Amino acid sequence: MSMSVSLMLNFGLLVFLVAVALALARWRHLFPVAMLTGLFSLLSASLFTVLSAPDVALTEAAVGAGITTVLFLATFGLTRAREKPVESSRRLIGLAVTAITGAILIYASLDMPHFGAPDTPVQEHPLRHKYLVESQHEIHIPNTVTAVLGSYRGYDTLGEVAVVFTAGMAVLMLLGRGRRGRKRTKE
Amino acid sequence: MREHTVLRIVSQLVIAPMLLYALYVQFHGEYSPGGGFQAGVILATAIILYGLIFGVEAAREAVPPTLLRVGAAGGLLIYGGTGVATILLGGNFLDYDRLFDHGGQHYGLIIIELGVGITVASVMIAIFYVFAGRGRQDDPDSDEDHGSADDYDADDVS
Repeated sequence: MSMSVSLMLNFGLLVFLVAVALALARWRHLFPVAMLTGLFSLLSASLFTVLSAPDVALTEAAVGAGITTVLFLATFGLTRAREKPVESSRRLIGLAVTAITGAILIYASLDMPHFGAPDTPVQEHPLRHKYLVESQHEIHIPNTVTAVLGSYRGYDTLGEVAVVFTAGMAVLMLLGRGRRGRKRTKE
Repeated sequence: MREHTVLRIVSQLVIAPMLLYALYVQFHGEYSPGGGFQAGVILATAIILYGLIFGVEAAREAVPPTLLRVGAAGGLLIYGGTGVATILLGGNFLDYDRLFDHGGQHYGLIIIELGVGITVASVMIAIFYVFAGRGRQDDPDSDEDHGSADDYDADDVS
């Protein structure tokens, strides 16, 4: 893919992301909001694909556009599907917080390296050679991401799986079995 | 949702390839994008789609909640157990080279990715069951402590 096509795709996807975000902020009914957050995730996944990060794109598409949307919809079954009206004084506070946070983030982004710059730590750090070249001889696996996640950073991934497990158990205890157990003791 | 013929037929066509794709992402993760986490989420998405179209009860029969609880803990145990096994074989924790004479890293990665996939898929489906089950049986406006006993009995049978 030539640089200009890639840049145009990036630009187009970012414009769509902003448009979806603005639509999200305007809508009061939460069903379209859930659908638009799914669309937002799908656009992000496309952006990750253009940026050559297919592993992240797969996760974003499946979790963000798939499961999160379903969980939002399931939550609407439990609560109201319409946003509560907010008084105007609190709206001003929200606007101020959003504007200040946005300004800080934009200011911080000025320190980041330029898009595709060759002299960033990602390109120049010695670990880059270790992961991208030597891992092929040490781990014998073409997908460097899997080699890094599973082998070089195996402890971290074990911790992540423990986090997923713990979060799942917490949800089950809060909403699932614990509730039934409490009822049984009452009976 | 039984009256939506188009939705039903299309999802019938789509669910099997989704499950196959999850297996591909799981076991081909060393060569192509993906791995245990992505495969687990895709598998969970297929089951959740089944639950949305054909009802949560049908999904519960296909993938029982007990199996999910075992799977969530079992996947983590497979991962941690691999680490303990490498210690018992005389190496460091998660030192896959100790597992086999040749290609120990490759086999080790396949095993731990399988553990990741099982845990992630089980947790995602279990969370969906809990959310969908509450929506089906509880009146959203009633306070939880004042719910009628019938709700909970129906919950217990399932």
